[in-house]
Amino acid sequence: MDFTLDKKHLMARQLFKDFAEKEVKPLAQEIDETERFPRETVEKMAKAGFMGISIPKEYGGQGCDPLTYVMCIEELAKQCGTTAVIVSAHSSLCADPILMFGTEEQKQKYLPDLAAGRKLGAFGLTEPGAGTDAQGVQTKAVKDEDGNWVINGSKIFITNGKEADVYVIFAQTGTKLDKKGRTQKTFTAFILEKGMPGFTFGTKENKMGIRASATYELVFNDVKVSDAQRLGAEGKGFPIAMHTLDGGRIGIAAQALGLAEGALDRTVAYVKERKQFGRALAQFQNTQFQLADMATKCQAAQYLVYAAANAKATKDRYSVEAAMAKLCAAEVAMEVTTKAVQLHGGYGYMKEYDVERMMRDAKITEIYEGTSEVQRMVISGALLK
Amino acid sequence: MKIVVCVKQVPDTKGGVVFNPDGTLNRAAMLAIMNPDDKAGLEAALELKDKYGAEVTVLTMGLPKADEVLREAMAMGADKGVLVTDRVLGGADTWATSQTIAGAIRNLDYDLIITGRQAIDGDTAQVGPEVAEHLHLPMVTYVQKIVDYDEAAKTITVERQFDDRYMVVKAKLPCVLTALGELAEPRYMTPGGIFDAFDKEVTVWGRKDLKDVLDSDLGKVGSPTQIAKASDKVRKGAGEVKKDLSPAEAVDYIVEKLQAKHII
Repeated sequence: MDFTLDKKHLMARQLFKDFAEKEVKPLAQEIDETERFPRETVEKMAKAGFMGISIPKEYGGQGCDPLTYVMCIEELAKQCGTTAVIVSAHSSLCADPILMFGTEEQKQKYLPDLAAGRKLGAFGLTEPGAGTDAQGVQTKAVKDEDGNWVINGSKIFITNGKEADVYVIFAQTGTKLDKKGRTQKTFTAFILEKGMPGFTFGTKENKMGIRASATYELVFNDVKVSDAQRLGAEGKGFPIAMHTLDGGRIGIAAQALGLAEGALDRTVAYVKERKQFGRALAQFQNTQFQLADMATKCQAAQYLVYAAANAKATKDRYSVEAAMAKLCAAEVAMEVTTKAVQLHGGYGYMKEYDVERMMRDAKITEIYEGTSEVQRMVISGALLK
Repeated sequence: MKIVVCVKQVPDTKGGVVFNPDGTLNRAAMLAIMNPDDKAGLEAALELKDKYGAEVTVLTMGLPKADEVLREAMAMGADKGVLVTDRVLGGADTWATSQTIAGAIRNLDYDLIITGRQAIDGDTAQVGPEVAEHLHLPMVTYVQKIVDYDEAAKTITVERQFDDRYMVVKAKLPCVLTALGELAEPRYMTPGGIFDAFDKEVTVWGRKDLKDVLDSDLGKVGSPTQIAKASDKVRKGAGEVKKDLSPAEAVDYIVEKLQAKHII
């Protein structure tokens, strides 16, 4: 077992770090304050290939492994949680399921544009009555006599919402009896495009963190799509959603990890400068012990996140690895950013200091793409089956 | 079109400077980057490649670890990398370096050679022009912009920078250009480019591969320049601030100080 990165991964990390420091960091505070979607950064990332890191070369992607993708999200999140989640939702939640479950035609149609960042991707599962409980999904797709589908309903809290061009969404298409004889809804996944008649956007959410991420409601009012837009088999939407979220959780885990590491970096710099009682904060044992705990937790989270990325590269199923990575990294992010604010004292509560934003950004990593409680259900479910 | 871009791995100014006992830089012990002017030259070559189609070969002379800048260049889009490395080539000044590079380039096909104006470690701006001299090629230094490339006529038109103006120069290919940092804003590597760069082979040449060069022109032996003394930046003492003087008194005060130090 080897915990060291090889030369190409080290060079890729350096690339992501340089990019994030030069292009992402200068905007982070402003876009948080104004809730402005950083379109220009997306364009720069597209040019540098960041929007298609793990898409194979045959579809115009970079053909890199999940570890490289994870390091990209991590380095972006060290500077800006919003920018990281834009890439994560686009890649893990839209491009990935098309790559995994799409027909060759669908892959040819959508992946090159997504890989090149000419189009931005999004994913719609959550609804007002369906968060952790996916059975609560009310959006329905009904097949008409021509074999086309008519979709009605709405999705909420959709990352990249109005800014995206391609959407992977889930709708109820039937029912079945489960093993215990209970009626369960069955779902089917569809690929929608912005501009399809009847597909509109509702309100933009005003959020605590990742404020520049365009979080919108998607509204489907008799949206007619051909059967060619169906992603995967009819009725197989739920396994597709779960599989997609396994990958997505690794992306969010990387975002959480980056936020924690970014907050730690800033705190280390701050405690060396800030003086109280005639000494730098760094000279107090409380500071030293807090930093040691923060760094140890970041390192542990990093190992779990990288291990999950490797599991994605080598195994068909990696639900437990992804859940552990997300559970750990998200909780570390919340803890480390909170401690970072505390060590910054009053200044840490001020918006001029990045740790204030990072603490707000960290909270969502414990909630979206499966709450920490859901991750515990996944992990314990595998233990007790 | 075939373009050779000469690049140098230089110490990153963000890291510390480490000297060998003989006053030369201990490059192995320092953080290293691609020299900024060279990187601009590489970007210009890649832009020519994007526009007209070209094969871009990057060439560097240095320690085996200089392989890193070649991988970086290939990750940005260069097609081939050549590393010239050999113990007998070490300790070279600009004369011996340019002889080495010319000896390597004689093995390559090229229409255009681009070097950086100067490297941030030596700041001599001599190697590019010397390479042009050794290869008997026309040369344009201080290129701030590539205006046009005429494929049929085999000419390149560039802007050559001066303090307060520029000169538009049309040169017949093959020729050498030395690039200013502002010639082009270097693109980022791509992740896929990095993976490809490490799958590709870098050509490694030693002394025996250099064409038409004398041993007496290479390495430390072939270097007319000897370093007398090298030191880290010496910190100056704090300056003196005088606020209560009239302009005339201030002039007198400064002149007096300069005379005391025998500067004037």
